[in-house]
Amino acid sequence: MALLQIDNLTVEFETATGWFRAVDGVSITVEKGEVLAIVGESGSGKSVSMLAVMGLLPWTAKITADRMLFEGKDFQALSPADRRKLIGKDIAMIFQEPVASLNPCFTVGFQIEEVLRIHLGLDRQARRARAIELFRLVGLPNPEERLNSFPHQMSGGQCQRVMIAIAIACDPKLLIADEPTTALDVTIQKQILDLIMDLQTRTGMGLIMITHDMGVVAETADRVVVQYKGRKMEEADVLSLFENPKSNYTRALLAALPENATGDRLTTVSDFFDGNPEPASEARA
Amino acid sequence: MIQTTSDTMTENTMLEVRDIKRDYELSGGLFKPKKTIHAVKGVSFKLERGKTLAIVGESGCGKSTLARMITFIDEPTGGDLLIDGKKVDTRAGHLTKEMRQKVQIVFQNPYGSLNPRQKIGDVLGEPLAINTDMSAEERRHRANQMLTKVGLGPEHYNRYPHMFSGGQRQRIAIARALMLNPKLLVLDEPVSALDLSVQAQVLNLLADLQDEFGLTYVFISHDLSVVRYIADEVMVMYFGEAVEYGTREEVFSDPKHEYTRTLFAATPRADVDSIRARIAKKKAANAA
Repeated sequence: MALLQIDNLTVEFETATGWFRAVDGVSITVEKGEVLAIVGESGSGKSVSMLAVMGLLPWTAKITADRMLFEGKDFQALSPADRRKLIGKDIAMIFQEPVASLNPCFTVGFQIEEVLRIHLGLDRQARRARAIELFRLVGLPNPEERLNSFPHQMSGGQCQRVMIAIAIACDPKLLIADEPTTALDVTIQKQILDLIMDLQTRTGMGLIMITHDMGVVAETADRVVVQYKGRKMEEADVLSLFENPKSNYTRALLAALPENATGDRLTTVSDFFDGNPEPASEARA
Repeated sequence: MIQTTSDTMTENTMLEVRDIKRDYELSGGLFKPKKTIHAVKGVSFKLERGKTLAIVGESGCGKSTLARMITFIDEPTGGDLLIDGKKVDTRAGHLTKEMRQKVQIVFQNPYGSLNPRQKIGDVLGEPLAINTDMSAEERRHRANQMLTKVGLGPEHYNRYPHMFSGGQRQRIAIARALMLNPKLLVLDEPVSALDLSVQAQVLNLLADLQDEFGLTYVFISHDLSVVRYIADEVMVMYFGEAVEYGTREEVFSDPKHEYTRTLFAATPRADVDSIRARIAKKKAANAA
């Protein structure tokens, strides 16, 4: 049984000119212990589809799916209260802007203990001990003192470590990382990616890595889904995606990497197609 | 021999920076003493006409401060700045109009660097209105010409910034920087806010414009793959100092400083061989 199985997910938003389809019939499965990367440019619907899974979209969004199963449980049939018990505990998410996703009014210690209190019901001492343990696990120096820090007193990389600590606080079965390193420097990016991958191997959780960076995909993923304008263009394991991309769009993306430049000019996506690329035949099946 | 300006500057040198420094003073509190932050601790380099110098480093290393000094936004606390063979008097009120026109800047975030209440035509016309006595009609003509040059069209003249995508906005920011025919363009992370496919288009555009106008670029970036593609010379900065400086081939094939090597090692690699190596490693770890 797959850890997460989504069939034919569609997300629509109402705009002045009618309904806008942000995600158009995307199907995704993640197995236990697997690292799935979802790649796409901005507006490809990669974040929106995962926010729909998390139930974090505003109520104005229209979400439909044939199936949305987590460990065989139907997500759509769950009451909001039951769903909230699952989210943050069994499914956790890390966001792009670490500094913006932490609450500036509370210490990071309070924010991590909040998760432990609500989901695990630990008492004060156990919460504190576990928080210190988690901070040590994600490599924050002086965890005891760090608990009393506010987000603005820490660097971006440290805030992202706190976010990761909060996300893994309840040993989630599935971790969704939405561009976890985009706002960080290359050297810090390496540290954070190493940390996430290390935690993933140690705990055996499923991991969905949302990114626009082909380098991050190459360094982390087992399997890759390529999205464009809300549609799935291609799905393949990481090696075949880079070695032998099936869809035009993937080929264009790989050719646009500066390190793949041949001659003086970079190939741009428009060199491959105008407007809407056709997905590879397998991808739609 | 005492070196004078004319000795070190050849005909072809566009920009020379000698031991430039910038300190920021943090005012102390009641019980806290004043603190001085040395953002740039004496950087020197020389850049030839029509070439591109890339400055690489992590946030807080002083690369943007250096850019601000080259574009006269910040006054250096020490050192000399020579542009087009002339020493620049950077004290407030001493800068000539002519010097200001020679150097322009493009910022990182195209969403923040354009005034949301200003039409694109006015964005492009404003530098001309301030620095020249061109008629409105001629300004309009020049703005439309520049729009075509950067891959947009006259139909965009009357639109507002929010009607454009990130890549288009960065084109507008580049067009604005070019309105006064500058010789030196400082690009402060011009593509890091853009998608991969758009990034390629903007980089191509920058290469085309460099050929057409004979521009000299100072290109600030933290993305080594972009730097490798666009730069002639590379400087790596670390805590306000230039720890590595040389031609692209020198720096990429034989990095001297420890930090440069760390930087290279941290850059994710997207080639098939390294993916294979990673998968093999993972399999071995799982089997064990």
